[in-house]
Amino acid sequence: MQLSRRARVALRVAAGLGFAVIYVPLLLVLVNSLNPDRSASWPPPGLTLHWWSVAWTNSGARAALWVSVKAGLGATAVALVLGTLIAFAVARHRFFGRDALSFVVVLPIALPGIVTGIALNSAFQAVLQPLGIGLGLFTVVVGHATFCVVVVFNNVAARLRRTSGSYEDAAADLGAHTFRAFADVTFPLVRSALFAGGLLAFALSFDEIVVTTFTAGPGIETLPVWIFGNMTRPQQAPVVNVVAAVLVLLSVIPVHAAQRLSADTATGSRV
Amino acid sequence: MTVTAQPAGGRPEGALRRLAGLLHRRPRLRLTLLLAAPLLWLTVLYLGSLAALFVSAFWTTDSFTSQVVRVWSADNFHELFTTPVYRQVALRSVGVALAVTALCVVIAFPLAFYTARIAPPRRRPFLVVGILTPLWASYLVKVYAWRLILSQGGLADWLLRPLGLSGPGFGLTAAVLTLTYLWLPYMVLPVHTALERLPAALLDASADLGAGAWRTFRSVVVPLVLPSVAAGSVFTFSLSLGDYITVQIVGGKTQLIGNLVYSDIELNLPMAAALGTVPVVVIVLYLLAVRRTGALSSL
Repeated sequence: MQLSRRARVALRVAAGLGFAVIYVPLLLVLVNSLNPDRSASWPPPGLTLHWWSVAWTNSGARAALWVSVKAGLGATAVALVLGTLIAFAVARHRFFGRDALSFVVVLPIALPGIVTGIALNSAFQAVLQPLGIGLGLFTVVVGHATFCVVVVFNNVAARLRRTSGSYEDAAADLGAHTFRAFADVTFPLVRSALFAGGLLAFALSFDEIVVTTFTAGPGIETLPVWIFGNMTRPQQAPVVNVVAAVLVLLSVIPVHAAQRLSADTATGSRV
Repeated sequence: MTVTAQPAGGRPEGALRRLAGLLHRRPRLRLTLLLAAPLLWLTVLYLGSLAALFVSAFWTTDSFTSQVVRVWSADNFHELFTTPVYRQVALRSVGVALAVTALCVVIAFPLAFYTARIAPPRRRPFLVVGILTPLWASYLVKVYAWRLILSQGGLADWLLRPLGLSGPGFGLTAAVLTLTYLWLPYMVLPVHTALERLPAALLDASADLGAGAWRTFRSVVVPLVLPSVAAGSVFTFSLSLGDYITVQIVGGKTQLIGNLVYSDIELNLPMAAALGTVPVVVIVLYLLAVRRTGALSSL
């Protein structure tokens, strides 16, 4: 398509504006963490690192971070197992309800978190309470794992679709039994997809707030729940600013890691 | 020649081999073992909880004790359809989800057109990463960023003051803007991919037949990119429809369907469940409609 010079310039400007809109809010969070003032008025009256040192010793934020990491690791572990099992079943077998299964896997992330949250909350109360098990970190892990399965499934299934079963057949012809073929042939093929899926699952869990609100027991506070609870307290504003800035900075790590993996994991694999 | 690949350990390896042989001969058994755990989790735990929740939508609440009374009635749904507030909020929520989707399309097109077809090819992968990166930044932090921007005396006010204007403050506009910002990458990425795959020959053919840039865009580019727009809209639409946190943070007094569900949970769980069916039904209908365009397979 032959675009006029004017159209090209216009598109370039529009794209520039688009990127500005994407990044200005994130930069604002970074700058605001250096704001000595408690209010968010712009421009800030000065810059200081004081609140970073205050935030470093904030016990609430630290405890919440630790809870988030534990919940994320637990949910990722469960999602890796379940997602991989479904991916193998869907990619290597034909069975009744295969399409329905792929649909059900997506549902937990497509439906509003509040619906999933209250559904799980009522179910936990009805089933676990009589057994003497209350809501706690365990229930958060169960809730998170439910919607994390889909990202592992997507990554592994996409990889399996691209690598045909003939490698495994070849391994079998050469005398390898099912488990040996899996360990020596299939697993190395899907390893990076597993890693990418696990990374996404952890990020998804680490970021989640709605399902967490309804599945966490008393005293269990993940980092997003902590931020949400302290966001509107003027007293805590500077610490929230710093925590937000840290999270913006941390988001570069998974992008970098995903980029180093294959191209299919880097684009569009989030959900 | 007989190969006796019997390792030193012998027995466990032999048992493993027998099990492997069994699994190899009986694919149904293998499938059952593969699916047992995930099916238990997804159908019993997840779908079971959802089903129980929707069944409870047909129960009622004792207005004195807030206890759930397990008597079948369609009262909640009757209330849902006849109370003007509920209808208003439901329509407003769908309107917000559609507005966010439309805004995302309008912003995504020029952006993706630049990253996919105008930017120098060497730079394109970096631009894609540039669009992807904000997806990894925390949802809550992004909403918080907009709270900072839109707060009184914040960046929006500061930018608009020279023009004699002020920012929109917290409210419906703020909620739409923030939701658009949150879900924009989900629209840009599929549109970028579709535009990138667009064969140059088609565009040349269109030009050879005398079409100008605008005509080519309307008659060639848009129809080919439309399935990807539909795929992206699944995210922008359904994620906006169920949101209540963003509205709580930047929406001022605005209420969307999620907020109503949230406010009913403590005192009237059956009503909350009935309200919760609204976004679920709308989203499932939307998914089915989009599936007809074939967009879901490209997700």
